[in-house]
Amino acid sequence: MHAGSHAVLILWSAIVIFPLYIMVINSFKDRLSIYKDTFNLPKIWHISNYTDVLSSGDFMRYFLNSFIAVIVSLALVVILGTLASYALAQWRGRWSTFLHFFFMAGMMLPIKIASIKLLEIIRILGLLNSVWALIPIYVAMGLPIAVFVLTEFIRQIPKDLLEAALIDGCGRLGILKKIVAPLLRPAIATVAIYNLIPFWNDLWFPLIFISDEKSKTLLLGVTRLFGQYQTDWSKVLAVLTLSSLPVLTLYLLFSKHFIKGMTSGAIKG
Amino acid sequence: MQSSAKKTRLHLGANSLNPKGLYWIWFMIPALAFYVVFMAYPMLESLRLSFFTGNYGNRVFVGFSNFIKLFSDSDHSERFFNAFKNTAIFFAVHMLVQNVLGIVFAVLLTNTHMRGRKIYQTIIFVPTTFAVLVTGYLWKLLLSPVWSKPFLTGMGLGALAKPWLGMESTALLFVSLVSCWQWIGIPTMMFVAALRNISEDIYEAAYIDGATGWQVFWGIKLPLLKPIIGMITILTFVNNFNAFDIVFAMENVNGAPGYSTDLIGTLFYRLGIAGQHPIGIPDPGMGAAVSTLIFIMLAIVSILILRRTETKG
Repeated sequence: MHAGSHAVLILWSAIVIFPLYIMVINSFKDRLSIYKDTFNLPKIWHISNYTDVLSSGDFMRYFLNSFIAVIVSLALVVILGTLASYALAQWRGRWSTFLHFFFMAGMMLPIKIASIKLLEIIRILGLLNSVWALIPIYVAMGLPIAVFVLTEFIRQIPKDLLEAALIDGCGRLGILKKIVAPLLRPAIATVAIYNLIPFWNDLWFPLIFISDEKSKTLLLGVTRLFGQYQTDWSKVLAVLTLSSLPVLTLYLLFSKHFIKGMTSGAIKG
Repeated sequence: MQSSAKKTRLHLGANSLNPKGLYWIWFMIPALAFYVVFMAYPMLESLRLSFFTGNYGNRVFVGFSNFIKLFSDSDHSERFFNAFKNTAIFFAVHMLVQNVLGIVFAVLLTNTHMRGRKIYQTIIFVPTTFAVLVTGYLWKLLLSPVWSKPFLTGMGLGALAKPWLGMESTALLFVSLVSCWQWIGIPTMMFVAALRNISEDIYEAAYIDGATGWQVFWGIKLPLLKPIIGMITILTFVNNFNAFDIVFAMENVNGAPGYSTDLIGTLFYRLGIAGQHPIGIPDPGMGAAVSTLIFIMLAIVSILILRRTETKG
């Protein structure tokens, strides 16, 4: 049964896994054995590639910079997105329809085409060469999908529930905090996952804003180390493995949520 | 006086069951501020700047001259049309390989009784979680003859160990295929979701009437997938006209070798952000002109595709 289907899917799975296997196993070999004996597991597992990369200090700083930019941006997207969606879901009028549409337009348009002006804005704000330059841009990038998902979700909460709380003397912010936010948790998870990958994996904005070593993000660091270790591929592979490990781990733990999060609202890739 | 009147209204709004915009807008201001300052305004400004030349501070209105330069100035137009052609090929490869395989995988994955579906899905989707840069670097090493030669010679396929990324005739194809390898999980899972929404009864009825698997695919599944095919086409188009990282990683920002992998995205970077070789001075006006053209193209193509694939009724 399904032999043909399995054959096709196994073949593709091999095409996916083979390069990743090569990347990981060779990152544990020494410099020369990766050419002589590429496909077998290393005879001796050298962790020196990893310790060298990690002990140089730069890598951890790159990692930390990316981590700050992504976490702060995600938090802002979720908080500001929830506030805006809470209003949009309940406020019915011409203006709310317009504002909803206004946010949705941001899902269709790639923010990259605004780069020329963004570069000027960031320069005027004095944020050039700082990891803080990335945050407002990621927030603007992430808000449309957040508003889209969260507004839909809040609209499904029974109005009676909210009105009863209001009559009981609970303020609108209190209702948001005590009733709406806990119900929103799965939707917030979707929004966070959806934005995590483009934020973490973004090369474009760090590339055009940041040239200072101190402020480089992980991917910018990878470009530097790729050049620096060009003749030592096992180290390059260690860098590539290390840089993809955080998201890959999260993905393998929560693959169902990732697939759902990345395809359900997928207006953007 | 005025402010106290405002306060009362706000107060009334907060307590009434149906407060008006004046109340709700306060919840939206923080999000709107970020969205307007860092998305809407710069996007509109980038369109406007396509009619100017020079940098912030000493900008001169030049009308359509940036566009005219792009289309007819000998240096610029050659690069522009070349990048446009390459992006079209890049897009075509994605449509033919990524999206066709996506449908195939989705159909196989929605075979209800097949084992191991979850595992296959998880594997197909793995590359989408990688940074394009990392994928690009990894494949650059794998495709290098330094590595591929011993391997392929061992399999008796030594003739295949060529510097595929270094030859003008093949570089773009290989860059495109690597990009497909990475993103195939997105269309696959979108098709899976769409196929799951189609009621099983429809196929059952067709099979009972004696239809073959192929007939069910061409006659039932594919027409029902039409709206989602349109969505994915738009998505692929938007992403391809933005693509930059993959060429940056596997070749360089000049679209080596010999501009054969130069895409609209890399051209935009050189013209507007980094500066063209050999002068190296960016021209924001020209960059803005390229982004305006991307904007217009995305708008036209999205509308056309939505019109064609919209299901009636």
